[in-house]
Amino acid sequence: MPTYTLNINGEEREVDASQDTPLLWVLRDHLNLLGTKYACGIAQCGSCTVHLDGSAIRSCTFPVSAVRDAEITTIEGLSENGDHPVQQAWLEHDVSQCGYCQAGQIMTAAALLNQNADPSDQEIQSAMNGILCRCGTYLRINKAIKTAAKNS
Amino acid sequence: MTVAKTKFDRRSFLKTMAVGGGGLMLGFSWFSALAKDPKAANLPDEIFEINAYIKVHPDGKVTILSPNPEIGQNVKTSMPLIVAEELDVDWNDVRVEQAPLDTSKYTRQLAGGSQSIRLGWDSLRMAGATAKLLMVTAAAQEWNADIEDLTTEKGIITNTNTGETIGYGDIASKAVSIPIPDEVPLKDTDDFTLIGKNIKNVDGFEIVTGKPLFGYDFTREGMTLAMIIHPPAFGMRLKSYDDTEVRSMPGVKDVFTIDTSIDDPQWSDVNAFNELIVITGDTTWEILNAKKALEVEWEAVSELENSDDHMRKLADAIQNGSGNMERVDGDPEAVAARAPTVIERTYTAPFLPHNPMAPMNFFADVKEDSADLIGPVQTPEQLRTSASQLLGLPEENIHVDMTRMGGGFGRRLYGNFGLEAAAISQKIGGSVKLIYTREDDMTQGTYRPAYAIKYKAALDNDGSLMSFQAKGTGMPGDSLYANRYPAGTLDHYSCEKIPIHTNISTGAWRAPSSNFTASAEQCFMDELAEAAGKDPIEFRLDLFDRAMRDPVGEENDYEADRYAGVLELVREKSNWGQEMPGVYRGVAAYFSYGSYAAQVVDLVKEGDDIKIQKVWCAVDCGIVVNMEGAVNQVEGCIIDGLGHAMYSELTFNDGAPQQSNFNNYRIMRNSEAPAEIEVFFVESDTHPTGLGEPPFPPIMPAYANALYKATGNRYYNQPYLVKDQTMLAMHR
Repeated sequence: MPTYTLNINGEEREVDASQDTPLLWVLRDHLNLLGTKYACGIAQCGSCTVHLDGSAIRSCTFPVSAVRDAEITTIEGLSENGDHPVQQAWLEHDVSQCGYCQAGQIMTAAALLNQNADPSDQEIQSAMNGILCRCGTYLRINKAIKTAAKNS
Repeated sequence: MTVAKTKFDRRSFLKTMAVGGGGLMLGFSWFSALAKDPKAANLPDEIFEINAYIKVHPDGKVTILSPNPEIGQNVKTSMPLIVAEELDVDWNDVRVEQAPLDTSKYTRQLAGGSQSIRLGWDSLRMAGATAKLLMVTAAAQEWNADIEDLTTEKGIITNTNTGETIGYGDIASKAVSIPIPDEVPLKDTDDFTLIGKNIKNVDGFEIVTGKPLFGYDFTREGMTLAMIIHPPAFGMRLKSYDDTEVRSMPGVKDVFTIDTSIDDPQWSDVNAFNELIVITGDTTWEILNAKKALEVEWEAVSELENSDDHMRKLADAIQNGSGNMERVDGDPEAVAARAPTVIERTYTAPFLPHNPMAPMNFFADVKEDSADLIGPVQTPEQLRTSASQLLGLPEENIHVDMTRMGGGFGRRLYGNFGLEAAAISQKIGGSVKLIYTREDDMTQGTYRPAYAIKYKAALDNDGSLMSFQAKGTGMPGDSLYANRYPAGTLDHYSCEKIPIHTNISTGAWRAPSSNFTASAEQCFMDELAEAAGKDPIEFRLDLFDRAMRDPVGEENDYEADRYAGVLELVREKSNWGQEMPGVYRGVAAYFSYGSYAAQVVDLVKEGDDIKIQKVWCAVDCGIVVNMEGAVNQVEGCIIDGLGHAMYSELTFNDGAPQQSNFNNYRIMRNSEAPAEIEVFFVESDTHPTGLGEPPFPPIMPAYANALYKATGNRYYNQPYLVKDQTMLAMHR
């Protein structure tokens, strides 16, 4: 089984995994980074979203062998003390209901703001459209992104 | 001030507990809060357990245990909030802990029927008020003062005569030896300082920082992972499998079968597939690969049903069948026979999977004489009872802990996944975490049943409703409530129910039955109002007016004035009746779980698209415990309800569900949600009622009624944007 050296949340981590293992399961099963969630496994719901060199990717279908030397950021590494503007805005707007999809929502929002510091309503919806929330917290998500954009 | 009899069992009181001693569980809230303040990281060395809900720390911090499962309905915040209100403690000094299942201390540790707050209200208030009284009594003894002279505020007791003060943390050690009084005073609702305010989710910080709160995240040193394979179709069972190849695949530990059948199943043991194949292994990906590779033969043991047959059976029952006549007032049939206008309409709805974002999962560690079962379940007590049968262990030797749930919507009322984990753990003789894939979850059963309802109503020449007949069928069961509106509002009414058998397993799904009945009834009301030439809100209010003045029958489930109240409130707030060019409006109201909700939906056209511009919602749920959480619940109900009304259905071919993941099963996405939702609560000082479900049912018909305005078509069959709207509409 090949060994991969991954740069995750600023640390080098070594894992032995078959090359087709999705990054999601490497994070969860091999590295005990449980903040990144499984919900569909086929890149349809976005709960598993992490950053690859700052861009949002679906870790459930992204093979570990494709990471190479890219920097991975997970929800655990988004900020040291939970004080990333997106996380703070999420608390301000009390976004979460069950909370299960929110790591994926937050990582997607943070990647959006990396690329577009002041997104329009339509740009927010379009970026966030891939991340399902059955509790229906979308309006709060969109408001929180506006707040985070202001505070970034 | 209200005086209430104390109901606590004495043995759950009067315990002093050292930190690190048995049973103390510290939640994440505490640690993360402490982590920011290194000075506070030294936990106090003694904690005083005042009662089953409250532990007071010497520094004045208070731990409040939340008894019920947290499923996203925010009871982990709002239940302790009620305790804190009566305790008179600063909310910033409170940390919340999820209580384990403990039926000697708590009643009804269940998430379902929007009942946690409704049924917990009295005991939560009592817990806070009793603890406060004990501490005040202890202080009075200490100071040789009269209890009447002592006041409490934010965890501080003050002697109003002398100005002396003492904190709860300093008196708690004495309070534990005070006998429990027979009566305790409760606050007047006017004196509430926490209830009704905006209080943030107590797990908010842990959620946004990705802490492992959920069952899927639970780990224990040495545990094995397991996944199941269930039959691909309802009506099938396992015939044989060949695991030769799979056993040599990397990471695979074992392949075997389990059977979770028990002799005396409870209502929570709905399960079409008791016999399952299990694969255990080291990592999820390796097990998933083995799951795909395993060669399995299945055999049919009963009918393999199809959606076309379902529709035929529903249509046949609704047109030709006769069932239980649950209520008859007057003679609606005779009235309809001679009425100038008679309208008949049939409404249908498909099977629906629950699809909480976290698929089913559970941890089990079954030993020879005891078991730990840990995970997300809405019915921990029922799980323990069934597990006791399955494992052959006494209930008292089974410990159940509740993790935060990644949604439930009724799915986690049915704890088969917990039993499966228990069976696997017993078989392998070690600890295990069972996890489902989305496909396992969506194709396993406990669906919302498929329904059909036919209404027949007669209108007089002046547009008044003369008779109303409801006939409902479902696979299985039916969706009608005989004593709900419009029962009680007119002289001639009947309600008939015809159940149809199916081998597809079904269960409660967010706002059970109401989730469809509201659509059928409130869409029909809209048509009746139109035929009567009346404004749809006026038409409904006229009926409530009759029910307030002179109700028909004595068993009507609802209070007509509160029903009318939410309609009037939403009418006022939405400026109903004001013509707005390019805006298409629909309205609906519904009563369920003790609460009343009315909604107005505004649609606008954007090219070929119809967008939901705004939803206005008025709710009467009695006292609102946590305003922020309450508004969030209402918004969620609206978005969730809209998505399911518009897009969602589960169909079957030869017994096999045809949708298995979010690539072919559609729920609402961000850009499809209403641009704005505005929520209004009726000001109330009455006992709180449900909120996690009541705003859900009426949004579907409010949307369908608005859609009619936008398109000119009436909508009879859910999901509205997917289904042919004429399929069962032979009565139009």
